[in-house]
Amino acid sequence: MAHFEKATSVHDWLNQRLAIEKFEKVMMSEYWIPKNINFLWAMGMVLAMTFAILLVSGIFLLMYYQPNVDLAFDSVNYTIMQEVGFGWLWRHVHAVAASVVFLIIYIHMFTGIYYGSYKKGREMIWISGMLLFVAFSAEAFSGYMLPWGQMSYWAGMVITNLFSLGSLELNGIVEWIRGDYVPAQAFLTRFFMLHVLLIPVAILALIAVHFYALRFPHVNNLDGEFFDYEEQAELYKSGNTRASKVIRFANDFLSKDMFVMSIFLIFFFYLVFWQYAFAMDPVNFDPADGLKTPAHIYPEWYFLWSYEILRPFSKDIGLMAFGFAQVIFFLLPFLDRSDNVAPASRRGIFKIWFWVMLVDMIVLTAMGKLPPEGMFSTIGLVAALVFIGLWVILPFITKIEKKL
Amino acid sequence: MKKELTVLAVVVFFSLLTYWLVEPFAHGQMHKHVESEHFAYADLPALTKTGDAAKGAETFMAGGCIGCHSVKALGMETGMDPVSAAASFGVNPPDLSMAGALYDEKFLAALIKNPAHALMVEHKFDPANGKMHPMTQFYGAGGDIDQEVADIVAYLKSIATEEVTPKAAFENACGRCHAMRYAKWTQIGERPKFKYKKDELRFDATVLDYQDYLTKYMGKLPPDLSMYIRSRSFHFLETFIENPQSHLAGTAMPRTGVSAESAEKVLEYLDHVGDPSRAERTSVGIKVMIYLLIFAVFAYLWKKQVWKELH
Repeated sequence: MAHFEKATSVHDWLNQRLAIEKFEKVMMSEYWIPKNINFLWAMGMVLAMTFAILLVSGIFLLMYYQPNVDLAFDSVNYTIMQEVGFGWLWRHVHAVAASVVFLIIYIHMFTGIYYGSYKKGREMIWISGMLLFVAFSAEAFSGYMLPWGQMSYWAGMVITNLFSLGSLELNGIVEWIRGDYVPAQAFLTRFFMLHVLLIPVAILALIAVHFYALRFPHVNNLDGEFFDYEEQAELYKSGNTRASKVIRFANDFLSKDMFVMSIFLIFFFYLVFWQYAFAMDPVNFDPADGLKTPAHIYPEWYFLWSYEILRPFSKDIGLMAFGFAQVIFFLLPFLDRSDNVAPASRRGIFKIWFWVMLVDMIVLTAMGKLPPEGMFSTIGLVAALVFIGLWVILPFITKIEKKL
Repeated sequence: MKKELTVLAVVVFFSLLTYWLVEPFAHGQMHKHVESEHFAYADLPALTKTGDAAKGAETFMAGGCIGCHSVKALGMETGMDPVSAAASFGVNPPDLSMAGALYDEKFLAALIKNPAHALMVEHKFDPANGKMHPMTQFYGAGGDIDQEVADIVAYLKSIATEEVTPKAAFENACGRCHAMRYAKWTQIGERPKFKYKKDELRFDATVLDYQDYLTKYMGKLPPDLSMYIRSRSFHFLETFIENPQSHLAGTAMPRTGVSAESAEKVLEYLDHVGDPSRAERTSVGIKVMIYLLIFAVFAYLWKKQVWKELH
């Protein structure tokens, strides 16, 4: 057992038992971050904060929400929106944050791709990040079921149907997932459980893994430069903060994060109060009705690109393409055969690859929402093929990339 | 700094482009655009005669209108409760106390002469197939029918002296087919507070009886309108109330014939019931924005101070 002395202060008392000084150093003042970064590096903290907003607003909503097919719709749209003081605020905050969190996730992902932040020791950062993306997707989908509106019901129907795996017709799996032949009470209760317990717990664990994965390879920087962190940290601690290539997480990096967050919050609350419609589809304000299929069924905007990879093909090929789209981003660190860790702008063909991929995913997103008719179908099909093609050629174009 | 603003511009550009594609553009493609006629009812003929309310009162009584329609403002009752009225006609015929204020006069005149035509439900009620609209048309009282109809319209206008509130506009024009549970409204009136469970069950059973007749009459139960202000756009509701066929060809919903002013009141009521926090949202929103702007200034100053030593 360690040796304990009579404490001279509360701080000292805690320090003897919890090593708070050491902890503060490891987590804050001697957690070294590269200096050569821009505001895109604050997206991680913006995401952490948005998740906190989702958690807190979700707790408030949970106090009044009723996971019952007869009560769910009214508990959201009447009890929470009309009877509970500021219930409308928590609901709008929760719905808008659920949508905006994906915008930030996509910005965060494309930042990682652009600056090569998934390579040479940073593979686990990328993979844990992709796991978070999957967990957030599951969280968003399960949450979308809860108001039990028309889109909840029919999205639940369509997505769970995918698990029959096309011509394999594994309808038993679909029934097992739903707990019934169609989405009904058993379905709602289990998605409620997933949304408020299992997936949030998984997300919390994955956030810890994601942060931990940053520790050894360190945060990437604008030039993909590798340097000796110990050496630079010594330089900083010796007082030569201007020459050092690193900064402290707190308060140096944090002060910049806080400023970016303040701008983000202005944008976020502007959406919450005045531009929430994009995150709260009008169709979902009609109560679920299993006898009335909506004219257009589409997922929320952040799932549209992968939905559009499923849609233009025949049933089985579509499912395979969809499965491909779900896993392929995980493999990015291994499909990129180049050793260069640098912004895409300096990487020759990869630069083109990056921008084509970005534009292609936006095209897929747009076509995923539009009715699959005429020209939109054709554009969707081409964009889906381009998406697959881009991944196929990635190993080849990065293999021949010139070493920087 | 300049580089960072360029990066920000790129991020904002692609975000806005995506937003524009999936929201305004996609929704514009998905939904048929119907131009509002501003409740002009241009397909109906204008009144050519000047009505005389006193004569209209006589024609109104002689024409037998009060056989089916009550005029509660004048103490005239039909003696039929809503359920038995619905059993006879499919839907409870409207009380006419405020009809003159609620509906467009061209529409009223056309309705009296040919209900199925004015209501745009001729696809449902075709005398050639023996399917008569439950409202008997006015065949005239022996004189000039246009004059007589103008007189009745003038009479209806003359008795509609009470100010039409948004709530009354909804209840009269929509509320005999559409419930609105968030306003405790049922097709047979407001759901009262009950002291005894069996009174409550009795009331609910009466509503269900009424809804059964209504369902038979309309083909399906008309939807509850509590959340329509959020599930449909304002423009959709406005043009739909004006002419249901323009959005849903073949629908059993009749043209309501409300005047532009009454339509505005109906929409105001839908907004009041479905989205009552609109005003609070703006006032809270402005306060939050002011708070965040001050927060951003301090965050910027803190960053400046910390980074003074780093650059």
